[in-house]
Amino acid sequence: MVKTLGWLAAASVAAGLVMAFGVAPREVTQGNVQRIMYVHVPLILASYLAFVVLALASLVYLVRRDEAADRVAHASGEVGVMFVGLGIATGSIWGKPTWGTWWTWDARLTSVAILFVMYLGYLLLRGTIEDRERAARYCAVLGIVAALDIPLVHFSVYWWRTLHQPPSLMKPGGFTGSSSILWPLLVNLIAFVLLYAYFVARRVRLLRAEAEAVA
Amino acid sequence: MSYARRALAVAWKDLAVERRSKETLNALIFFSLLLLFVFQFTLGGDRERLAAVLPGVLWLGFVLSALLALGRTFLVEREHDCWEGLLLAPGDKSAIYLGKLAGNLALMLVVEALVLGLFAVFFDIDLGRALPGLVVVVLLGTLGLAAVGTLFAGMTANVRARELLFPVLLLPVQVPVLLATVKATEALLLGEPLAAVGHWVKLLAAADVVYLAVSLLTFDVVLEG
Repeated sequence: MVKTLGWLAAASVAAGLVMAFGVAPREVTQGNVQRIMYVHVPLILASYLAFVVLALASLVYLVRRDEAADRVAHASGEVGVMFVGLGIATGSIWGKPTWGTWWTWDARLTSVAILFVMYLGYLLLRGTIEDRERAARYCAVLGIVAALDIPLVHFSVYWWRTLHQPPSLMKPGGFTGSSSILWPLLVNLIAFVLLYAYFVARRVRLLRAEAEAVA
Repeated sequence: MSYARRALAVAWKDLAVERRSKETLNALIFFSLLLLFVFQFTLGGDRERLAAVLPGVLWLGFVLSALLALGRTFLVEREHDCWEGLLLAPGDKSAIYLGKLAGNLALMLVVEALVLGLFAVFFDIDLGRALPGLVVVVLLGTLGLAAVGTLFAGMTANVRARELLFPVLLLPVQVPVLLATVKATEALLLGEPLAAVGHWVKLLAAADVVYLAVSLLTFDVVLEG
């Protein structure tokens, strides 16, 4: 089952790469650099999914005290942080040639950066507590607080950045809505969601084995 | 004992301990005074530059002293082995949270009032007209800080590297409160009315409600073991 998921993920990532380099058109103003979008956007979107799963799994853990839910939250947090980190990195690589800077305190960049440090803290808390049961409880609480904080972060950063200056330069190249861009993006999105699911499944299995070994 | 009386008992205990020892309060006031000096030294004497960053610096002072104050929320219980005693309190554990929160709020507001006064003196700010609005912003912002801070202090109380972990967890979550308070303070100090920063005040109020609700609901889980 997990193995099949892995092959599916690998196949769809390969298909996504073919679509991104072969099928998707060369962007007129940015050239080939723009193709990084097909990795950048799916990474960020898949990480959002990871944090939603983390919050739901945390809630399930608090209600049912089911260790499996905690393991899903744990694994989702790790994969989510990795995806957000890679998303920020690919964004930087894309930003340098197109905006002329690695980083700018734009509203969207800022909220994603806050998301990154918030969940990095989550992993840090996990790492410092030895007692499994306590780690699960505290992390579930933090996972819920963080999830509820996301809308507040979003609005505050948006107002902070956009009230006093014109709408930012986000969306270089932009979504024209043309299907020649949309399809490659969609295939890559599916690929990264599958990849996320596979990583989580493997990590959950490892965490279960760890728990059994300790018990 | 009713819920409110149990919460009050916890707050009263903490305030009584603080009033007699003045351990945290004295150190916090001294710390904030030192912060004023540090800001002055690091930012230089240029008045115009100072005026531009003052709202941020003011809240930096509040946040740094809040980190110290809030991080100590459960220190008395831990150091003097009264943790079990606190847990033995009958009924809903969220009453303990409310009591601790009230104690923290009182402590932080005293320190913040002092820091604000010292700021006005040292950096020559005319608070006069801005003061009523500032009070609203400071109250809402401090409540937000203390609400999450008290919850996280309970979480990190029995964790190693507690002093490090507490700010690392609290600061990212508090970004909305920080942005809202700094932006609102900036506008108020420029002489704008409170209504001009209504969206920030609403955001602060919303944040306070969310933080309080989630803390009250989850504090039981934090205190369990």
